[in-house]
Amino acid sequence: MRLTAITAALSLTAGAALAEGVAPDDVSYSDYGEVTVSLSGQPGDATRGREIFANKSQGNCVSCHAVTELADVPFHGEVGPILDGVGSYRTAEELRGIVANAKMTFEGTVMPAFYKTSGFIRPGDGYTGKAAPDDLAPILSAQEIEDVVAFLMTLQDS
Amino acid sequence: AAFAGGADDDTLILNDEIEMVTKTAAPDHLSDAMDEIISGWHFRSDETQQLQTDDFENQGMIFADYGAEAWDTVEGSEDKSCASCHGDAAESMVGVAATYPKWNDGAEEVRTLQMQVNDCRTTRMGAEPWKYDSGDAINMEAFVTSHSRGMPVNVAIDGPAEATWLDGKDIYYTRYGQLELACASCHEQNYGNYIRADHLSQGQINGFPTYRLKNAKLNGVHSRFKGCIRDTRAHTFSPGSPEFVALELYVKSRGNGLSVEGPSVRN
Ligand code: HEC
Ligand code: HEC
Ligand code: HEC
Repeated sequence: MRLTAITAALSLTAGAALAEGVAPDDVSYSDYGEVTVSLSGQPGDATRGREIFANKSQGNCVSCHAVTELADVPFHGEVGPILDGVGSYRTAEELRGIVANAKMTFEGTVMPAFYKTSGFIRPGDGYTGKAAPDDLAPILSAQEIEDVVAFLMTLQDS
Repeated sequence: AAFAGGADDDTLILNDEIEMVTKTAAPDHLSDAMDEIISGWHFRSDETQQLQTDDFENQGMIFADYGAEAWDTVEGSEDKSCASCHGDAAESMVGVAATYPKWNDGAEEVRTLQMQVNDCRTTRMGAEPWKYDSGDAINMEAFVTSHSRGMPVNVAIDGPAEATWLDGKDIYYTRYGQLELACASCHEQNYGNYIRADHLSQGQINGFPTYRLKNAKLNGVHSRFKGCIRDTRAHTFSPGSPEFVALELYVKSRGNGLSVEGPSVRN
């Protein structure tokens, strides 16, 4: 009984954190580009992260990165490095920073920032070619970033 | 990781006659960025490449034939066709496309081939201008361009054209859109690599207009630019805009020395 009460209290706290989350402009990066706190205040879901990674209309990470574990997804790109084992040599904090805004880790990289909403030149409204609305959303939501990071952490050296 | 896929080593010979220059030393103005310039033809599959070797297989030539018909068609208040002034295009238009976009002294502007044709239509024929990159405009561009095939691209970038060229260069290296990618991010830093199913070329325009198997029609340079910028989640520029005119001059100059191939075939 008492245990259930504690769990309930805990998930309440997590719920409150989710409601706040960290807005794209408020993310704090370390000197090496790491982001220590969960952007959504919730843990990521690796299964959903795998979908986002492969999905053309979401992360579409696979357009630039090959991953052996995603053999069922056709056409892996070569613009970025192969990400096999990236969960072994990178921490979750590093990966969160790289997915949120890779330019904080790799200066000038061609990898897009997935959790950023300002500072663009001629931002568009998705892939319509038209001007972006004033309240431009990040490409991935806070929770989607966490999901992708959780997926990347499953890519361990075999 | 550049060159993982790379350009192939095939040779493009047109109609068993004209051997095209599809790889050559980069022009001086590009020597800081790359040593060799390569036609987009080298990045396509053997099947797609084959279609461009023979005018009977190149479906772009069907559209050039529509342009040939328009060449002889009298239109507008002055009762003239292009042929009335320019005679046989196979003589008068040889080498013309290789030098466009080009500075026009009278108008004091850099003109693309389509702008020049529209000027002839409006001021000399008394006809309506064609919409930029519309079917009529592209067909004529393909017809005129076909008479330069095999000749080296040779646009002037100095003198009065220089300011426009510099504008175009600026646009080429600007990282547009929510993906913050410049033309250079894909076509200079990553040509030869696959980006999902697409094999990235240098984004040269010596092959324009291009007949694309994907949409089964001829495609103009500005429409291609628009598509590439749209794919960076950016607010694009419009075909015919001063930005795209400048970008066309700049990108064309990156191919100075490659053979004119238009109309070419791409996927
Ligand atoms: C347009 C190309 C592109 C896209 C799209 C892209 N990346 Fe990258 N990524 C790169 C490049 C290039 C690098 C190498 C960094 C550098 O040196 O520029 C990189 C680096 C990385 C790294 C670090 C790898 C290491 O060696 O430590 C991770 C992790 C990563 N990307 C994950 C992702 C994820 C997840 C997505 C999608 C949400 C994604 N990338 C989308 C191009 C891309
Ligand atoms: C009444 C005469 C006349 C007609 C009709 C005419 N043109 Fe012209 N065209 C000219 C003249 C004169 C020039 C040179 C213009 C200049 O340098 O400003 C020219 C220039 C051009 C050029 C550029 C040549 C170069 O070497 O730079 C092209 C291409 C061209 N015309 C195509 C066409 C087409 C296509 C049509 C029909 C749709 C057409 N013209 C109709 C007189 C004409
Ligand atoms: C996100 C990557 C990306 C960016 C950024 C990009 N392109 Fe492209 N571009 C492509 C792909 C993919 C193709 C199709 C394959 C190929 O021909 O390279 C292509 C094709 C082209 C072609 C056709 C080449 C041919 O031989 O038919 C041209 C020209 C071109 N791009 C120019 C540009 C210019 C100019 C810019 C900047 C305004 C630009 N691209 C930005 C990805 C990109």
